[in-house]
Amino acid sequence: MIAGLRQLKFSPDPASVMSRASVLSTVGPLLALVLACLFFTTRTDRFMTTDNLSLVIQQVAVVGILAIGQTLIILTAGIDLSCGAVMAFATIAMTRLAVTYHFNPFVAIALGIGVGLAFGVVNGALVTALRLPPFIVTLGTLNIAFALTHITSNEETIAKLPDPLVYFGNTFQVGTTAITSGSVLALALTLLAWFVLSQTVGGRHIYATGNNPEAARLAGVRTRRVLIAVYASAGLLYGIAALVLIGRTGVGDPQAGQSANLDSITAVVVGGTSLFGGRGGVIGTLIGTLIVGVFRNGLQLMGIAAIYQFLITGALVILAVAVDQLSRRRQA
Amino acid sequence: MSEPNGGVVLEARGLVKRYGHVTALNGADFDLRPREILAVIGDNGAGKSTLIKALSGAIAPDEGEILLNGVPMHFRAPLDARRYGIETVYQDLALAPALDIAENLFLGRELRRRGILGVVFRMIDRRRMHRESRSHMADLKINVGSMGQTVETLSGGQRQGVAVARAAAFASRVVFMDEPTAALGVKESGMVLDLIRRVRERGTPVVLISHNMPQVFEIADRVHVMRLGQRVATISPQSHTMSEAVALMTGATSFSKTDS
Repeated sequence: MIAGLRQLKFSPDPASVMSRASVLSTVGPLLALVLACLFFTTRTDRFMTTDNLSLVIQQVAVVGILAIGQTLIILTAGIDLSCGAVMAFATIAMTRLAVTYHFNPFVAIALGIGVGLAFGVVNGALVTALRLPPFIVTLGTLNIAFALTHITSNEETIAKLPDPLVYFGNTFQVGTTAITSGSVLALALTLLAWFVLSQTVGGRHIYATGNNPEAARLAGVRTRRVLIAVYASAGLLYGIAALVLIGRTGVGDPQAGQSANLDSITAVVVGGTSLFGGRGGVIGTLIGTLIVGVFRNGLQLMGIAAIYQFLITGALVILAVAVDQLSRRRQA
Repeated sequence: MSEPNGGVVLEARGLVKRYGHVTALNGADFDLRPREILAVIGDNGAGKSTLIKALSGAIAPDEGEILLNGVPMHFRAPLDARRYGIETVYQDLALAPALDIAENLFLGRELRRRGILGVVFRMIDRRRMHRESRSHMADLKINVGSMGQTVETLSGGQRQGVAVARAAAFASRVVFMDEPTAALGVKESGMVLDLIRRVRERGTPVVLISHNMPQVFEIADRVHVMRLGQRVATISPQSHTMSEAVALMTGATSFSKTDS
């Protein structure tokens, strides 16, 4: 069903070719999201309620923020396997510093976000200076961050956090529905990334670097600088995601975020951003994040065992990548 | 063909470029005069591309000097050469297919919004980029639809048109073209040759690398012949035949440098 819909955008109709590809590539995922919502609405009464929808948004806020960083990287034809592990390490860094070492909570937050940023810079430096493939670099930093998380946490959950660390778990009422600050932050960051990507010089350079790095370089784009900035920004976003995660769970949990790597990649790919770089964007990723969240939530409400959610998410990813690959072949 | 007060726009003396044990340029000279189309020909590996890369700043020569209007230049990146009004159309076009025509024309030198939006937020000015792109494309009579069309929706000839328009729009001194018709059909090649003439008519000299002898003899004012990393001759289509040019390229004949 989704494959058919996503192929709409690649129809050879000249009128559709003429219009802005960025708009078209979000239409498929958007239709898939609407259909998924309709499907779950017909299956369970509990799906289409404001409380449940607000819960979905809460659940996806963390992955949504990670997925923004992941989108930036995938747009440059890279990939980041380290994002979940880096976020987990940042949560431990923040909570450890604040609780065990009694740092001022704001300093602890800043240092924790700095950990994310530092990992991003390291990833970016390795990708550009040593020209290593992003897959391998981030596989390495994934393991390093994973190990550091467990070493520094002593495998313990860190609790009794000062208020500023759990700020983004706070809710406010809109009508009768509770919205978390974390959800609002995720949305705001998405809009910011949309602005940068589609309206600024830097954004155009990210697309050009991903689409044809040699052409970008010859045209005077400083592609290495673009890549380092992209990986660093992604790392910064993982640090922010760590703070939102702490708000949601209320603790520093070394086991948290283990599926977040693949969840973020899933969200990006399902949202229509091409793994080959240069095509897609964060609005698609927002929709992709919601699709994954809606599937998880809907299947849960239908009482389907959690393991099937993985099955379906896996199928979604392969479908989305297959559509991407086919469309590329057709254009070539 | 040579201007009365002569003058050389771009000149190189004794360029040497080695890649490990391979000597791509072995003391190559080069002269480009105002308002001419200079073709650079040579067998594969004769050093044509390396010469153009050195002159356009894509590589730095190991030895030798490059003079622009008599002033020594040291280009370390294409951006350096571009700053002096030297633009290049690369063989593989060097366009980003997923970006639109206007974005490709202005890639690396995007027009920004005026005021704080442009200076602080680095916002691009799409409307102005589209307007200026349209006028650049119209200048060269390149026919495409909207400037918001992605380059991948264009035909090969139209893509070449975008690449040429980009170079022509920003080149004040020299346009280099590396095999601009290699991937094109007969009709589209003809279109690109017309484009090259229009660039010259606007007053910018063009350096054309080509394998296609009939094309070279059709369009060039002078022909620079490379062999084994050196300039072996500069001839003119009037003074020499194609087979004489081929003989020079392959080393079958070697006579004194004949600056026509």
